[in-house]
Amino acid sequence: MTHTAAARPAARPSRAATRRGRRPGRRRERAWAYLMIAPTTIGLSVFYLWPIAQTFYDSFTSSGPFGGSTWAGTANYAALAQEPTVGQAVVNTFLYTAIQLAGIPLAVLVAALLNQKGLRGRSVYRVLYFLPVVTMPVAVAMLWRWMYDGNYGLVNYLLSTVGIHGPHWASDPDIALYSLAAIGLWMSLGYNMVIFLAGLQGVPTEFYEAARMDGAGPVRIFLRITVPMLSPNIFFVTILTVINSLQMFDLAYMMMSTPGSAAGAANPALPKVRSITYLFFQKAFIEHDIGFGAAVAFVLVGFIVLVTFVQFRLQKRWVHYV
Amino acid sequence: MNTRRTSGPAGRTGRRRAAALAAAAALALGAAGCAGGSTGGTTNGSGPVQLTYRIWDKSQQPAMQHIVDAFQAANPSVKVTVQLTANAEYWTKLQADATSGSAPDVFWMNGPNAQLYASNGILMPLSDKLAANHVSLSDYPQSLVNLYSYKGTQYGVPKDFDTVGLWYNKKLFDAAGVKYPDDTWTWQTLQDAARKLTDASKDQYGILAPPFGQENYYDTIFQAGGSVISADGTSSGFDQPAAVAGLKFWTDLVKSGASPSLKTMTDTFPSQLFESGKVAMYYGGSWDTLEFAKNPNLQGNVDVAVLPQGTKRAVAIHGLANVAYAKTKHPKEAAAFLAFLGSKQAAEIEAQEGGVIPAFNSTQQSWVNATPQFHLQSFLDEVPYAVTYPTSKNTSAWQSQEAVVFGPAWEGTTDVATAAQKMAGVMNAALSKEK
Repeated sequence: MTHTAAARPAARPSRAATRRGRRPGRRRERAWAYLMIAPTTIGLSVFYLWPIAQTFYDSFTSSGPFGGSTWAGTANYAALAQEPTVGQAVVNTFLYTAIQLAGIPLAVLVAALLNQKGLRGRSVYRVLYFLPVVTMPVAVAMLWRWMYDGNYGLVNYLLSTVGIHGPHWASDPDIALYSLAAIGLWMSLGYNMVIFLAGLQGVPTEFYEAARMDGAGPVRIFLRITVPMLSPNIFFVTILTVINSLQMFDLAYMMMSTPGSAAGAANPALPKVRSITYLFFQKAFIEHDIGFGAAVAFVLVGFIVLVTFVQFRLQKRWVHYV
Repeated sequence: MNTRRTSGPAGRTGRRRAAALAAAAALALGAAGCAGGSTGGTTNGSGPVQLTYRIWDKSQQPAMQHIVDAFQAANPSVKVTVQLTANAEYWTKLQADATSGSAPDVFWMNGPNAQLYASNGILMPLSDKLAANHVSLSDYPQSLVNLYSYKGTQYGVPKDFDTVGLWYNKKLFDAAGVKYPDDTWTWQTLQDAARKLTDASKDQYGILAPPFGQENYYDTIFQAGGSVISADGTSSGFDQPAAVAGLKFWTDLVKSGASPSLKTMTDTFPSQLFESGKVAMYYGGSWDTLEFAKNPNLQGNVDVAVLPQGTKRAVAIHGLANVAYAKTKHPKEAAAFLAFLGSKQAAEIEAQEGGVIPAFNSTQQSWVNATPQFHLQSFLDEVPYAVTYPTSKNTSAWQSQEAVVFGPAWEGTTDVATAAQKMAGVMNAALSKEK
């Protein structure tokens, strides 16, 4: 760092001198700029970049629960390919992500409805939809656990009033993932809605007036004007949803754990709900196999990078920036 | 989410100037200050020696504080701070602290983690320190002492213990005309009673049969003459016929409808189902005493007996220990405090206010007397034939798999013997990695 700092002023003194006059002023300004970004840069390096590098290194080691690692080459990745739970975890994670993506059109629709001028109690609706976003996931999961209880839950009670005998929503292996995804949809709807509402404010009203003059109905206006104009927001929300959903952990952890006993102790649905991040947690922190856990984490990073890259490549086809 | 967009500023770090560096230094110092402050165990000049004592059970905090007060009264030169870390994050935090070299001086340890911490050099070896501090291991049940010994060295002083008893609802027994459980009961008596006490029309069950280790199948595996882990700790006992019999005891109860389904017991925790008064019998720990004593619905309706016997009498016993950090700055004071925690005086305080059975022999009667409405003597009567809770160097690597592997057997989709065979395979693979 010191040698580059020494070399720089010599390399470009003239430009600084001609543009801004005296160099010391510019220099002080720059020092201030660095001072200002220092907290973020340091925070980012200490809490993100360094751990990422460390995790990447760990994935090639066989490390004990208290550090002290030995180089293991690609043994963790080879073991990962053999591990039977990995495949199911990938399937679970992508299925969950697909369901979350299906929630985006819903959020667009809700936002468009809530944006209507004549709607009464608009702000009340907005608050209600946004409330789950600012509620602690742990509290949300505990509440839903209680509602999903197969024998005494609210959901099955309501179903029983119309004569339906509901299943065990959170402990039936064939259903639990969908129950979980429903909570995920409910939790993210409000956040996505706010982004779409903001996007709708930016759509010029002339477009709508012109469309109405041409005789377009509300559905046609929604599909031909609202959706294309919102496409940058939809793109943004899609990217976020994919990244967040692929990393899903807290919901599964809370829903699968048994109060008063070890995490995920006895829920028969766990193998069909366990996400990649859950598997990472289990391997690294319950089974104390840090190296294997790190390898799982990097497989997830690989998926996220790949999917996000594809999304950016595809955006030219459908995202319209005004 | 935040992993993107980091390449921009990173490319320019070379231009950082003195001011930025100064800010960095200030931040780093601040961070170091925080770390130092939270770990404790520091001496400030000639003042008293500071020790940190970390525990996870909030309900035991007052009792622990009283023990600390008594210790400080006798040792004015030592100051002990009780540090409560919630159960959910206790092990994650302790692991991180031990890795970074800043674990508390003295802390609670449980069976599944004991060998993990001892084998990695985190725990202070106590063998020579015990005699010097007048601690005699013969004052504690042998099965508990064993739990905290690794390769012939003692690493923990037993703090408390728990065994499992047969809790039963007298009201349901009276209504069905079934005699209350006592020490003559066998597996057969229990199965017959469970059937008689089940009434599907009233949504009433005879027993709860969840797939829990200590409370359920470990006990019955031991009662069938089997084991969970071999005596030398290198192989699984799940594939032995006795273990299969111990597991089948429970799956049969679920299959016959005498117990609620696994899904129901997952949605609602078994002890809650028992407390709702709809289930007649429940294999519950001595730790359930406080909760049951507090529940007004159970007043006068609930009692506890020793577990029914299989081919022999057995019960799993587990208990906590107090341990010291190998790298503590004050090994002498930590060992003295540890000895005090293991003393009769500390055990008496624990028995009266802690709600757990103290490990120190001859003090357990106070625990029994503290809740006279239940026949708590049952839990102590089981100690002579109690079997040490099965552990290995990395217990949770295989133990966390048990419920997942056994789940299908409980649901009736897999044969019990097949599930037991599979579990033995998983466990043996995990054990082979421990070397």
